Amino acid sequence: MTSTLDSGTVLAADTVGRPAVNISIFALFVVVTLAIVIRFSRNNRTATEFYAGGRAFSGRQNGIAISGDYLSAASFLGIAGAIALQGYDGFLYSIGFLVAWLVALLLVAELLRNTGRYTMADVLSFRLRQGPVRTAAAISTLTVSLFYLLAQMTGAGGLVNLLLGVKGTAWQNLTIAVVGVLMIVYVLVGGMKGTTWVQIIKAVLLVIGAALMTFWVLGKAGFNLSSVLGDAAAASPKGDAVLDPGVKYGATTTTKIDFVSLAMALVLGTAGLPHVLMRFYTVPNALQARRSVAWAIGIIGCFYLFTLVLGYGAMYLVGADKINAAPGKVNSAAPLLAFELGGTLLLGIIAAVAFATILAVVAGLTITASAFFVHDVYNSVLKKGTAAPDQEVRVARITAIVIGLVAIVGGILAKDQNVAFLVALAFAVTASANLPTILYSLFWKRFNTRGALWSIYGGLISAIVLIVFSPVVSGKADSASVIKDSSVDFHWFPLDNPGIVTIPLAFFLGWLGTVTSRERVDEAKYAEMEVRSLTGAGAERAEVPPPRTEQDVLPEPV
Amino acid sequence: MSTIQSSSGEAPPGVPAGGTESYLDLRRSAEFGELRRGFRRFVFPMTALFLAWYFAYVLLAAFAHGFMSHKVGGNINVGLLFGLGQFLSTFVITAVYVRWADRRLDPAASALRARFEGTQGEGTPVGGETR
Repeated sequence: MTSTLDSGTVLAADTVGRPAVNISIFALFVVVTLAIVIRFSRNNRTATEFYAGGRAFSGRQNGIAISGDYLSAASFLGIAGAIALQGYDGFLYSIGFLVAWLVALLLVAELLRNTGRYTMADVLSFRLRQGPVRTAAAISTLTVSLFYLLAQMTGAGGLVNLLLGVKGTAWQNLTIAVVGVLMIVYVLVGGMKGTTWVQIIKAVLLVIGAALMTFWVLGKAGFNLSSVLGDAAAASPKGDAVLDPGVKYGATTTTKIDFVSLAMALVLGTAGLPHVLMRFYTVPNALQARRSVAWAIGIIGCFYLFTLVLGYGAMYLVGADKINAAPGKVNSAAPLLAFELGGTLLLGIIAAVAFATILAVVAGLTITASAFFVHDVYNSVLKKGTAAPDQEVRVARITAIVIGLVAIVGGILAKDQNVAFLVALAFAVTASANLPTILYSLFWKRFNTRGALWSIYGGLISAIVLIVFSPVVSGKADSASVIKDSSVDFHWFPLDNPGIVTIPLAFFLGWLGTVTSRERVDEAKYAEMEVRSLTGAGAERAEVPPPRTEQDVLPEPV
Repeated sequence: MSTIQSSSGEAPPGVPAGGTESYLDLRRSAEFGELRRGFRRFVFPMTALFLAWYFAYVLLAAFAHGFMSHKVGGNINVGLLFGLGQFLSTFVITAVYVRWADRRLDPAASALRARFEGTQGEGTPVGGETR
């Protein structure tokens, strides 16, 4: 395996470890989780059961599931890889991804839980005009979910080469299809309850795997972080620069502004991610929503600290050349490090965890997107709220199948494309289209329908337009854009990340739309919303008694 | 904004007017005003604080490479310490908020909810149990 290091082409055709081991461990994961999903989801007839798991999860369970939902392949494989290749600049991502949770904790989670039922649109339409606002929120959510789904599915295809040792288009397509079908099964059978259990199991495996590798790397270095950093810098072709910020984003003023723009989208985007927001409705009350976020912050924070060590560890234990030469490139740093440390077995475990990661995130996105479609568009707008609960659930299941099929086809079509930007785009869209309207409607009494529509559509459209005319889509050298032919160049927006323009724009449009509209504030509705959001009076209850009582004091996670 | 519906009788704040207390009445009550003020007085400055600290860090990482790459000891530099500082501040703010909300926010919120749901006569038992 290491003898072929010098010729990248030979290595690229190789696989690491034994595919049979990887596949077996992954199959074991699927069997175990499916059994659990079937065991725990006898009862998915009502909409609350299907979308919100009966609101019966405890804060700790939900916090672990949130981590499972949030720590996508992009954060596990992507950040470790980015640190391994670019050093400090990769670490910057994880900080944005973590600090963002404070927005959710302080401003969003509890108020949202008290006010809504299933989706963020419940909160937006609480005192604004239902039809247009729900439609706008559903459009932005479906867009974000599809971007995110596509990125995950394509990521799955890319990983296959490395981890399962399958070569050739047909096998890759088959793997994407298998991931898609599994995800549909989890969602259909398990609903939110089943999906949540998949995420809990996956999060536990992921954190244990990462912790194991972290202590292994640290142990090899005598538990001396400084020596890990020193060895990493010595092994890197970029030298000491990998310990400082700037390797990736420090080249010109434009790239520096681009980085600030990305940082803005990361910190403000998380609290608007639809699949994250939806998780707050699976707990019985605001207190458990608070517990959820606290647990999530603890787990996600520890995990990102692990990736710091894993990334620098891979930098010298694996080496940049080997990572770049491997199929899957930057994403292969963590699996290669696992192989370097623990051989075939550890690689198999980490590979299975990586697949489980994709599966769980994809299932979470699918159930979110179908909930938004059915609850906000089908029932609230088309049926004017008259759909019977079992009818709503039936349509939700059909929607989940359709979304799954779209994701499979999209994933297959886009598998050779560079779609990593879709995740960054999803964050830019949620930070621009979702967060401003959520904050305005919770905290600004005068906010009205026009403000919400201008903010959502303005944020959504401006983010997509700027991306289309950015270097991400056309004009980068070395085929780094989506359109690989560098002679096709229609970009005029200089930045890869539109957030620095679109987020302030969306806040501004929300204000402008509001002050130019003559819609009157509905005092009674506003009073109801504010009282509900802060006290929980009249908030949706759990359908079954929560597993733990209020008085049960959970240990603080941090 | 307009202050409509002052017709519900000028009951002293906090006293249910005529047996059923509406959301409007509750919102106007002194206790609710205090709850909302307390909440906003905690979360708004805290949000401003962590966002300022985060963007200060981001701007330093983008534009002050010399400062961030200053070695403090071994291979540990200012940038790494500041980055780890972001983790630490996030954990601390989370712990402080959870503690504050558990001790200050919840009792006040539960009391108001119990009062509201009691006067609404929904038949929900509220004694001590806060679901």
